[in-house]
Amino acid sequence: MTANISIVLLIILVMGCVGLFFGSVLAYANKKLAVELNPLIHIVEEVLPKGQCGACGFAGCQAYAEAVVTDPTVPPNLCTPGKDPVARRVSELTGKKAKEVEPRIAYVKCNNPIASAPKKFNYSGIDDCVAMSLLHTGPKSCQYGCLGQGTCAKHCPFDAIVMDDKGLPIINKVRCTGCGKCETICPKKIIELIPINSKINVACNSKDRGQKAKHDCPVACIGCGLCAKVCPHGAVKMVDNLPVIDKHICIELCSDPVCMAKCPTKTIKYVS
Amino acid sequence: MKEYLMLFIGTVIVNNFVLTRFLGLCIFFGVSKKLEASIGMGMAVTSVITLSSMLSWAVYNFILTPLNLTFLTTIVFVLVIASFVQLLEMVIRKLAPTLYKMWGIYLLLIATNCVVLGVPLLNVESNFSFGKSIVHAVGSGVGFAVAIILMASLREKIRLADVPKPLEGLGIAFILAGLLSLSFFGFSGMISL
Repeated sequence: MTANISIVLLIILVMGCVGLFFGSVLAYANKKLAVELNPLIHIVEEVLPKGQCGACGFAGCQAYAEAVVTDPTVPPNLCTPGKDPVARRVSELTGKKAKEVEPRIAYVKCNNPIASAPKKFNYSGIDDCVAMSLLHTGPKSCQYGCLGQGTCAKHCPFDAIVMDDKGLPIINKVRCTGCGKCETICPKKIIELIPINSKINVACNSKDRGQKAKHDCPVACIGCGLCAKVCPHGAVKMVDNLPVIDKHICIELCSDPVCMAKCPTKTIKYVS
Repeated sequence: MKEYLMLFIGTVIVNNFVLTRFLGLCIFFGVSKKLEASIGMGMAVTSVITLSSMLSWAVYNFILTPLNLTFLTTIVFVLVIASFVQLLEMVIRKLAPTLYKMWGIYLLLIATNCVVLGVPLLNVESNFSFGKSIVHAVGSGVGFAVAIILMASLREKIRLADVPKPLEGLGIAFILAGLLSLSFFGFSGMISL
């Protein structure tokens, strides 16, 4: 009986000593090796939207918060999803001057879904736009058009893109923060970020000349240049057989889009 | 020398801790989604196993054996390893911030992992000398790294494949791990320890 008690006491002693030793080493190390973190980093991180989208160019919201607080050259307005309010809060917190962030939204520059578009061949393989476009630029006759496999929808950190039943991405205007992930991932570059209150845009990405464009897709822009000619404000320029519309001029000056009325293929559409 | 080499190869391939002894499966599945992360995890596990094996060898031979308290091995090792990993994390955070950024977060994940506990326990169970313990620990760390890197490469590929809906994600990962483990069983008996 006494032998047992002495063993129990020994166990308590040994465990206590080992525990106490490591406990005190840890406590000492915690004091001695403490790394001071600027508490501001945490406050800035709380302000950020936490979509972890990486639109700012950093690995995530925490990395951006750390960079914007510690590095004086990092501007406070890099968070596109947060738009103006976040940029203002961050610049207040860090004491940096912020330029205004122009709120932007994704826009799909294709209006012929893959289900009904003319095709070069039948594709069977990985359901992914990037993989699809690697195979002879994809099965669609028009090499510039949407492939409809929803890679943009899969990569959207805010669930703002859904594919409609025919296979065109639909942007949810409320959810879209303009982070630009979809713009980067789309192998055809049919998604463009436009100012949020844009009125009109071209719903086509075909850089082919009229006859070829029309042959490949019935609703393509044929690059006739009529829109550029009729625009009274000079907001439309033709680049690579596609009209490029300066949305800021449209927003400020235009009340009645003549280009849209004159477009023979009705490819210029309202950004509804 | 030959003995050490055989022990090393034996623990890396034949008695691979993940694929034939089925230890450390939680991190094996948890951190094998991306190759980059799995490499970091492999390095972290290797260094932690090695250092904690050395420490626990000393604790076993200089404290527990003289006091005839070897039945306390498991609980003492848990205590020793968990606090040692905490300490290591603090030291790395202070002294090598870049290293900390690379695999600091993995350190805390493995503080109470079964591989990290299993290797020191096997060391004392097999009555390994100090040198042999280190070789065994490095070998099992490298074996773990090999297994998790193989797994991560496979999982990166299989993400693009057309997997049946119910098996997506972890389901197919379990099947993959089973096949990997089967192929590693082909090595069994190659080196007898």
